[in-house]
Amino acid sequence: MGKVIVITSGKGGVGKTTTTANVGMALASLGKSVALVDADFGLRNLDLLLGLENRIVYTILDVLSGDCTLEKALVRDKRQSQLALLPAAQTRDKNSITPDQTRTITAQLAESFDFVLVDCPAGIEQGFKNAIAGAERAVIVTTPEVSAVRDADRVIGLLEASGIRDCALIVNRLRPKMVKANDMMSVEDVLEILAIKLLGVVPEDEKVIVTTNRGEPIVLSETPPPAGQAFLNIARRIQGEEIPLLNLEPPAPGVLERLINLFRRSN
Amino acid sequence: MIMELLDKWFNREGKADSRTQAKNRLKMVLAYDRTDLPPQMMARMRLELLEVVGRYFELDAESLELLLDREGTSTALIANVPIRRVKQEDES
Repeated sequence: MGKVIVITSGKGGVGKTTTTANVGMALASLGKSVALVDADFGLRNLDLLLGLENRIVYTILDVLSGDCTLEKALVRDKRQSQLALLPAAQTRDKNSITPDQTRTITAQLAESFDFVLVDCPAGIEQGFKNAIAGAERAVIVTTPEVSAVRDADRVIGLLEASGIRDCALIVNRLRPKMVKANDMMSVEDVLEILAIKLLGVVPEDEKVIVTTNRGEPIVLSETPPPAGQAFLNIARRIQGEEIPLLNLEPPAPGVLERLINLFRRSN
Repeated sequence: MIMELLDKWFNREGKADSRTQAKNRLKMVLAYDRTDLPPQMMARMRLELLEVVGRYFELDAESLELLLDREGTSTALIANVPIRRVKQEDES
């Protein structure tokens, strides 16, 4: 039996779908079979981030209505044959599926895949309830911002209330330089507030935008930049390895930068 | 010691950096979020507290500060009530 893990956050735009795509791809590159389930009905994007948008024929709804088999609805990735996507229905809303139906589908997928990752929609309404229904573990994605952390706290409470005890946090889009200047909350600050175990830290990285534009998750890069390396490490931790956190200390300022800082201070 | 804690709770240490402010504001808002306390109840408690304490002290009603502080699993209600002067026995 594979593991069903929901990737959630509460707040939108913190990187749930990017995380799902990259961690899924990274787990596949480690030799695991992975099914990615897009639970964001009406606002699906996981297909786009994976570069699979042109290959979708059926959606999860066609499987539920019996119009096609689960196997047939899965879009297999050509770069990583171990990875498959079960698309959400773009033209339907979050009420067109129930938590029970999601549970059935994820359980069925867990029979043939090592990992089933469910990309949860933003919010805490029906779409959220659907997405978490079949999950035994949850990964909460947040950024070091007040709104994202507040929403993460709410989501952690809701997950615990629905019996999902195995929750872990990813702090996404951290800017080490800003933390050092006391202009951004650190990972320790966020952990102190949320009191949850840490799964990984992903630094802010412009390359994520570039790779997303291309539909190639950043972990596929030949020499993955720090954000890609961070996602790879997260995947290894998910499969049970003990991997130390990346060193995200900003490099010591050079002479020029120090001079500039000096001038700034004297202003 | 107590003054230090009060400074921390009521954020009196002057203009803190934005990182510290973010953390303190979050802690405060989450303490309320987690207790699920309706704002009306808080307002009512505030009035009742003023009434009770006001029997014994002359107060500045505006400067009463009520806070919920959360450390780990325990939540504390902290009230800071500046007193102008003690009322005499015959006043009450």
